[in-house]
Amino acid sequence: MEKRFMKGCEAIAEAAVRGGCRFFAGYPITPQNEIPEYLSKRLPEVGGVFVQGESEVASINMVYGAAATGTRALTSSSGPGISLKAEGISYLASAQLPAVIVNISRGGPGLGSIQPAQSDYLQATKALGHGGFRAMVFAPATLQEAVDLTYNAWEYAERDRGPVLILMDGCLGAIMEEVELPEMKVLNYDNTEDWCLARVGGREDSHMITPILPELALEMLNKFKGMTYKMWEMADVKVEEYMLEDAEYVVVAYGIAARVAKEAINTLREEGFKVGMIRPITLYPFPKASLDNLDYNQVKGIIDIEMTVPAQMRDDIELQVKGRCPVHEYGRSGGILLDDEGVYGAISDIVKGGA
Amino acid sequence: MITINELYCKGCGYCIKFCPRHILEMGKERSQKGHFYPVNINEEACTSCAICALMCPEAAIEVTAKEG
Amino acid sequence: MPSYKRPGALLPMSTGYCPGCLHGLATRLVADAIEELNQQKNAINVVSVGCSALNLYSWCGDDIGAAHGRAPAVATGIKRCLPDRLVFTYQGDGDLAAIGLAEIMSAANRGENFTVIFANNQTYGMTGGQMAPTTLVGQKSTTTPYGRDPVTTGYPLKMCELISVLEAPVFVARYALNSPKGVMDAKKGIKKAFELQLAGKGFTFVELLTNCPTNWGMSPLATLDYMNTNTVPYFVPGVYKDKEGGKQ
Repeated sequence: MEKRFMKGCEAIAEAAVRGGCRFFAGYPITPQNEIPEYLSKRLPEVGGVFVQGESEVASINMVYGAAATGTRALTSSSGPGISLKAEGISYLASAQLPAVIVNISRGGPGLGSIQPAQSDYLQATKALGHGGFRAMVFAPATLQEAVDLTYNAWEYAERDRGPVLILMDGCLGAIMEEVELPEMKVLNYDNTEDWCLARVGGREDSHMITPILPELALEMLNKFKGMTYKMWEMADVKVEEYMLEDAEYVVVAYGIAARVAKEAINTLREEGFKVGMIRPITLYPFPKASLDNLDYNQVKGIIDIEMTVPAQMRDDIELQVKGRCPVHEYGRSGGILLDDEGVYGAISDIVKGGA
Repeated sequence: MITINELYCKGCGYCIKFCPRHILEMGKERSQKGHFYPVNINEEACTSCAICALMCPEAAIEVTAKEG
Repeated sequence: MPSYKRPGALLPMSTGYCPGCLHGLATRLVADAIEELNQQKNAINVVSVGCSALNLYSWCGDDIGAAHGRAPAVATGIKRCLPDRLVFTYQGDGDLAAIGLAEIMSAANRGENFTVIFANNQTYGMTGGQMAPTTLVGQKSTTTPYGRDPVTTGYPLKMCELISVLEAPVFVARYALNSPKGVMDAKKGIKKAFELQLAGKGFTFVELLTNCPTNWGMSPLATLDYMNTNTVPYFVPGVYKDKEGGKQ
C-alpha cells in the first residue's frame, strides 16, 4: 500500500489505472478535467491508450469499441457531458459490454454552473440512457472510498457485463485528501473472455457484438437484466448506517452531503438528540432494506439532505418509508455548497421542533 | 461455365445487361423466392470473362474457366 | 482465363438487400478483398446504422454494431486496442455524412489506422427514402417531394473532397459501382486500402457510389443509367489522395 496526498479527480484516475484500466477517451468539461489530464500522462506509462475525443458522444463510443476488445475502458465527464454520452451508455448496456463512467457532477439543468452539485441522481439511477436499463451507481463520500470503488469497478462491470457509474460531485473531485493506493492489478489480456473480440487472429467461429437484437432475444435480454438487478439488490448493496440503533431522526444523504450531515449529527448527538444516518454508497441498487427495516415506532422523521433542489433521492426514500413517518428534505442547488450551519440548522429545526 | 445460384439471385438483370456476348436472358421460371432468374442461352459463346459475376450484387454467379 | 468463385468470406446466405441494390455488390467486394488478403479470421467489421447494417450477417470474421454515425469512434477504440486486426467500418451516407460527420472527420484527421467503406446511395434507404446529405439537387425524396432545393437544404456533401484536404489520410478514393470498369477499380481500391492499413500506414477511405431502386422508385437497370447521367457527373470518381503513390 502506497500513501499519497491527492486531488479527487487524480486519485480516481490513478485508482482506475491500478484497477486495470488501459483505455480512456474523454472530452474536456469542468470540473473533471484533471482525470483526462492525469491519464494522458499516466496511461502511456503502463502501455495504455489515451484518446481525446472530438466530443462526448465520440468518446463514449470509443470506450464502447475498446470495451469490445476486452480492454478495461473508462470515460469521465460531468452532467451535460453524461447527457451526451447517454446514447453510448445505452449501447453498452444493449451490447453487454463492461465499462466504467465517472460523473463529477455540477449544477444543473442545462449548462447549469461549473460549481459542485448532486443534481444527477435521477439521471444516474433511473435513466442513464434510453431503453430502460440500469447501471450500478457508486457514490463515494471520501477520496479513499472513491479510490477503492474505482479500483474494483471493472470487477462488477465485467461480472454483469454492462456500464458502471461512479457519481461524485465537483467538490469531491477538487478536494485533496490522503489516500492509500492499492497494488496494480495484473490482468491476463491474452486469455480473452468469449464475450469480446479476440485479441489476435480471430477465432474459428466469427463473433458478433450487437446492440440490435430480434424481438424475442431482446425481451430475453431484458428479462435477464431484470434478474441481474434483483441480484444486485440482494448481494451488492453498499451502505453506511451511522448511529441508527436509538435514532429518532434519520438523515439520508450520500457523497459530500453525507459528510456535512455527519458533522451536524455529531453536534446534535452532543446536545443529546438521537439522530442517525443512512448513507447509500450504492445509489443503485438503493439500500432499500436499511430504510424499510427501521423501527418506525421509534423513528419520528426522515431527513433527506442533498446538494440539489428539489431533492431527487426522496422518491426512493418514500417508497421504503411507505408513509410510516414524515419525510423532510433540505438542500442547496445551482452549485452552492451545503455548509455546516445550513445543514445543522435544517436538521436541528426538525429535531428540536419535533416535526 | 456460368453457374447461377437461383437461391441467391433476386433477378435484377445486371448480368444480362453487362454480358458482352449477350448470352444470358431472364428465364421464365420463378425461383423458390419468387424471383425470375437469368438463364444461359448460349453456353458455347461464353468466354468466362466473369463480368456477370463481377456485377452480381448477390454473389449468385460463379464462373469456371473453360478447359483448354 | 478468368473465373470467379463466391468468396468464402461471405457467409452462405442471401443478403438482406432489395433486388439490384448495389450495397450487395459493395458487400461482396469487401468480402473479395478480405479473402484475397487472407484476413477471414482477422477482420473486424464495425457495422453502422441504416441499410448498411444489413450486412451485419454477411461476412465471416468479427462484427460489432455501432450507434448511428459512431462507427469511426468505435473503430478507433477497437483499433487502438487491437492494432494487428484488420478493422473497417461500412457506413452509408446518412450515417457518415450527416449524423456522423464529426466522427468521420475527426477519425480521418487523427489518421486512425483503419479503413472506412462509404456506400453513397443519396438516400436514407432503411427509413424509407428521406433526403440524405448526398441527395442530388433536384432529386426527389420523401422529405424533398418537390426535389432537393439548395436554397433551403444546401448542396450534396462531397466526402472524398472534404477528407482529402486533411493531412493525415493516406488513401481517399471514389468509385461508381454502376459499370464493370467502376466495379473492377473499386475492387482494387478496397484491396489497396486494406493493404495500406495492414502495413500500418494510416487512415484509408473508399467511397462507393451505389443506388437505391426501391426509394428512387426505379427498376434496378434504370438506376444504373440514372447514376451515369446524374450521380457520376456530380460525385466524380477517382483517387483523391494517395500519399504512398505520391498523390497528395
